[in-house]
Formats: sequence, structure tokens, C-alpha cells
Amino acid sequence: MSTVAANGTPAKERKVARKRPFWTMERRDSLAGYLFIAPQLAGIITFVLIPLGLVFWYSMHEWNVLGARFNYVGSRNYEQLLSDPALLEVLGATGIFSAGLVVFNLSLALLLAVLLDQKLKGITVYRTLFFSPVVVSLVAWTIVWRFLLQNNGGINSILLLTGVEGPNWLRNPTTAMISVIVVQVFKNVGLNMVLFLAALQGVPRELYEAARVDGAPRFKQFRRITLPMISPTILLTSIITIVGSLQVFAQIAVLTQGGPGMSTTVLVYYLYQQAFQFHRFGYGSTLSILLFVIVAVLTFVQWQMRRRLVFYER
Amino acid sequence: MKRFAYLKSATAALAVAAPVLFSGAALAQDAVNLRMTIWSANEAHLNLFNEIAADFKKEHPNVTVTYDSLPFDTYMTTLTTQIAGGNAPDLAWIFETGAADFVSSGALYPLTETFEATEGYNLGEVSEGATAIWQQDGTLYAYPFSTSPFGIFVNNDLIRAAGQTTPAELIAAGEWTWDKAMEVAAASAKDGKAGLIVRDFNYQMWQNLASIWRGWGAAPWSQDGATCTFAEQPMVEAMTFIHDAIFDKHAMPGPGEDVDFFAGNAAMTITQISRASLLPKGEDAFEWDLVPLPQGPAGEYALIGQAGIGVFQSGKNAETAAQFLAFMTNPANSAKLAQFFPSARQSLLNVAALSKTNPLLSPEQLETVVIKGIATGTVIPGHTDFAQIQQTVRAELDALWRPDADVKAVLESVCSRISPLL
Repeated sequence: MSTVAANGTPAKERKVARKRPFWTMERRDSLAGYLFIAPQLAGIITFVLIPLGLVFWYSMHEWNVLGARFNYVGSRNYEQLLSDPALLEVLGATGIFSAGLVVFNLSLALLLAVLLDQKLKGITVYRTLFFSPVVVSLVAWTIVWRFLLQNNGGINSILLLTGVEGPNWLRNPTTAMISVIVVQVFKNVGLNMVLFLAALQGVPRELYEAARVDGAPRFKQFRRITLPMISPTILLTSIITIVGSLQVFAQIAVLTQGGPGMSTTVLVYYLYQQAFQFHRFGYGSTLSILLFVIVAVLTFVQWQMRRRLVFYER
Repeated sequence: MKRFAYLKSATAALAVAAPVLFSGAALAQDAVNLRMTIWSANEAHLNLFNEIAADFKKEHPNVTVTYDSLPFDTYMTTLTTQIAGGNAPDLAWIFETGAADFVSSGALYPLTETFEATEGYNLGEVSEGATAIWQQDGTLYAYPFSTSPFGIFVNNDLIRAAGQTTPAELIAAGEWTWDKAMEVAAASAKDGKAGLIVRDFNYQMWQNLASIWRGWGAAPWSQDGATCTFAEQPMVEAMTFIHDAIFDKHAMPGPGEDVDFFAGNAAMTITQISRASLLPKGEDAFEWDLVPLPQGPAGEYALIGQAGIGVFQSGKNAETAAQFLAFMTNPANSAKLAQFFPSARQSLLNVAALSKTNPLLSPEQLETVVIKGIATGTVIPGHTDFAQIQQTVRAELDALWRPDADVKAVLESVCSRISPLL
């Protein structure tokens, strides 16, 4: 005969409930999981989320560093952003740089990957050669290019040997922008090339065999098989490259300092000038928020477009 | 019982250690560590600064001074970032172009009282002209420890090889004018060598062109700093002269051309006298000279670059830092510093005193370039918010550095862009 407690719960059942340990298997697993991600999470909170919040807070202040004044100004910096006469020029330069970089970088990376996806003797040497600039110090790489691109520098000296008088690369708005893009592409194209190479090697060979049997020419095979099959990688590399292109700084600082005129003053460089050269940390923070929004929107749009453009997603 | 023994030992240990700990705490409380940011990493400079700090420590044993060498190119950026991060130095070197911003910001500790209270300091012998940009309402906020005139270093070997008369000979003949100087520079610019270089200009630091345009009586803005004068006639004429020298006469290296005078690759360079230490020795040496800036249409003139040292109000040891600055720049230490940084003290502005500290320069060079330059020179242009004005002007002037540029139109656009900032 079982006893019934005053509240109506059978005593045996109550005993079982009381005995249930706090550290259940599920809780232990959860704790282990949280402990594993804790260092990464602490890093993200300390170095990403808190600074992000602070930047938003600073963007609503006028911060005079020298005078140690920090006054709340509400949306004034955002209003100034909308009426800043230089901003359109800066966004234009940023757009041209990003578009040029993405198109040139992805095309060259894909071309190199296709060329290096061959079973040839010494192919590893070529792959290493094209990848090597990725591991070179960015500033050192850019300084070398600055000397090469001088009016009396290495590139124009070589051109002169062939009877061509080269332009003053870094002093003309058009050639300066091209120079900055090319220097950046040559530096990082190896990374995208390796990603494309891995994707190309993952395409099942039998698809090509079937296409050959059907009499499809090489270009058609590339368009109808290769491109769709590596489209997830194309999406990944384009997101990485676009986000990276919006964060370009060292190349501009070393090669052109934003000139000639404002032709290579991209958003990050303009932000640096406002905050660290002109001591306008509040307005600099507002520009950071603008950059954050642009990156977030572009990434979201690209991610949404994957349904239409990415044919094969694991 | 055992526990009681432990307790007794711990109490005894605490009784012995407590006075030591408290005295240590008291010592730590008295210890003052001062940090000065500088843009020089030169070993000889640092040795001298450390020597001065060691002498100060003899009188103030609790004070230790350290020097924080920051890269020259990013000095101001690094300094302001340190200030923004709540890590301002106790003392800092300040460029003359940043003087207006720092002095008017309220960030600097007033120095006049401390200097006047320092025995034998004799602030009165420092000329008004030298301290002008470092003062506000009669109070000195930074001390101009380096007042360095601009002159022209000359490679006589290159000029003679080009069959030209040397600047020294032109001065003797009373013909040392800008027209003649550019003529010599243009004739010397051949076989891969350049004519005249405005050092550090690099088509970026346009304010260094003041070393030329002052000869036309030109200035970037009015005396009160409120009106842009870039588009006025003296500046238009001076800039037209510079433009012609670059693109027509090829007397100056064009944009995007790196040439170093001190490597023997140019006939002349306009720079401050403190650069004499860069002159090559041994096999690479050439016959050099230092001459004053040529006469322009507006007559004779001189230009000086300055560097000041300020004490930050925000530091908890601001008063001690000001005392150290008074010690560092007293007459005796100024004489030591003068071997690298020309002093604006009258007692040090004579050939005898300068010869001891500048052995590379002849008495004539010291007299004509240094003494006369400091006595009559005006400081390189500066303004509040100079960094922003500098960048804005730089961006507009880029249109001038093309062979087909319309000088007047470019200078008018400079004024239209910077007027709201003045």
C-alpha cells in the first residue's frame, strides 16, 4: 500500500524526484560546450561587442581629445554625416576600389586556379610561388611597390627600355586607383586561388567524362559544370574579398595617403583621418558605424543571393 | 597546540614585516616617474637627455625620467591616441604646426610661474618671436627648445661640374636671388642628378614651401588666421614660380621622384641646419656649403622651424614635470642641447657659443644662417585644426602638380575649401 502525502503526490515518486542529481548528463554536456567556447566568446565580447557598443556611444558625442571634453551631442554627428561634402567622393572611391578589387581578384584567382589545376611536373612550385605574397608582410610589400611605382621607379624604367614612357602612376587619379587595386590583388590573389583550387579538385571527374561523351566543348564544360559546382566557393570568396576591400588601409596610407586629391581616400582611410589625424573621435566613430552598416548590408545581400546564384550547396 | 604555534609565528612575521612594508609603500608613494614622448631615436640625443635626467635625479632622487621615442611620421597620431586612451605622457615634444591646437586646448600646464621661480632660468633672454606661438594671454604653455632656421645646403662639386657659379660666389657678388638660384639648379639637373629639393615636401608637406614663397611676401592666411590668402597675388606669383621651376625648367624633382641630396644626388636642398649631421663622410663626401635662403621679389627673409616641449595638465605629477622642464631648458642645459637643437636664448646666439656646439658649420655660416635666421625669421605656418587644414590644402594642391595646371584657379579652389575651417 502506497502512502499519499498531504499534497497528493505519492511518497515514492517524491523520493525519486528529490534524488535526481543536479549535474545531469545534459547539463554536463552543456557546461563542457560552454567551457570550450568560453575563451572565444570572451575574446568576441572584449574585442568585438564591447568596442562596437562603445563606438556607437562615442558616435553620439563630441570628443575633444586635447581639451579632455566629452559632450553628448545626440544625432549631430549623424546629421553631419549626411551633409559632409567629402563623403560622396569617399564613398565613390570606396565603391570603385571594391568593385575593381573584387572583379580583378576573383577573375585572376579563378584563372590561376584553373591553370594550376593540372597534373604537371613542378606544379607545386608554381602554386607556392603564386601563394607566397599572401604570407609577406603587407607594409613591406606595399613599400616595395611604392618604390616600383615612382615616376623614376622600376616599372617606368622597364617600360622605358621597351620605348614606352610610363605614366606617373601614383600622381594621376586614375592610375593611382589602378595601382592600389593591382598591388592589393597581387598580394592576396593567392588565397582565393588556393580556395578555388580546392573547389576545382572537388568537382567529380565523371561529370566531365559524361559531358565529353555528349560532345560538350571545354568552355561549355567550364560554364555548365565547373562554375555551378564551385559556386559555393565563389560566394565565399566574394564575401571575403568584398569585406576585405572595405577594410583596406595600409596600402592607401603607404602608397597615396588618399591622393591625388581625394581620389583614393576610401572610407577606412577617411575614418582614420577624421579620428586620429584631425582628433575628431566622435565623427570618426560615426563613420565606423556607417562602415559597419555597409558591410552588414552587403554580406546580407550576398547571403540572400546565394539561393539564386549558388547551384550546389552542401 | 600546533595551530597555536603557527598563529604565533605568523604574528611575529607580520610584526617584523609591517614596518618594512609600510616604509616601502611610503617610498613608492614618493617615487615620481615622468615620461616624455619625443620623435627622435638618435642615440646621441638620447644620451644627452638621459644625462640631463640623471643630473636632475641628483637633486630630486625620487624622480625618474624616461624618454619614449615615437616614429616621426606618425608622432602626432600616436600622441593623440595615447591621450585619448587615458595614457597621456607627462611631457611631450610638439611640432610648431600643432602649437595652436595644444596651446588653445587647455591640455597644457602653464609654465611661466615655474620658470620664473627657477633660480637663474632667465626666461627674459628668450626672444618674444621665438615664444609667440607657444603663449596664450601672456602665459607660456610650451618651451621652444629647438629653433632651427632653414637654409640651403649646397653640393659645390655638382654645381661646378655643371659649369655654374656657386651660391657662395653669387652671395659675394650680391646676386643670390631666387631667379639665379633656380637657374643654377636647372643647369645642374642633368645626368640623373636633381637641381633643388625642398626636403620633406614630397608634394605632401606644402607648408615647407614657405621657405620659397616667403620671398614673395606670401602667406597661406592672414595674421589673425581668419582669412585665406592663398589666392592673393604674392602667393599666385610664388606658386607660378615654383610650378615653372618644376615643370618648365626641371630645376626641382617632379611629383613621384625620390631624390636625396645627402646621398650626393642633388645640387641643393632647402632644409633646417640640424640636418648637417646627415652630410656624408669618407668616400661619399662632397664639397658642401650652407647658405641663407635667396632673396625674393619681396627682399630678404628667413624661416624657422620650431619644436616645443609641453607638460600635460592631466598628469598627476604636472608640477614636478614642469620643474624638470625648467631644469632641462635652463641656460646650462640649453647650451648642451644647442649642439643638436639651436636655442633661442640670446646668450647662446653668438658665433663663439655656437661654434662649440656646431663644429661642422663655419663662423660665417653660423652668422648668416643661424644667428640672423633666428633673429629675423618667422615660424613655419600653423593654425588651430592644422591637421585638417593641412590635408584639405594637400588634396586641393594635388591639382597644381601637373604640367598644365591653372595656378590661379587651383589656389582659388584651395581658399574655397579651407575658408570654412579658418
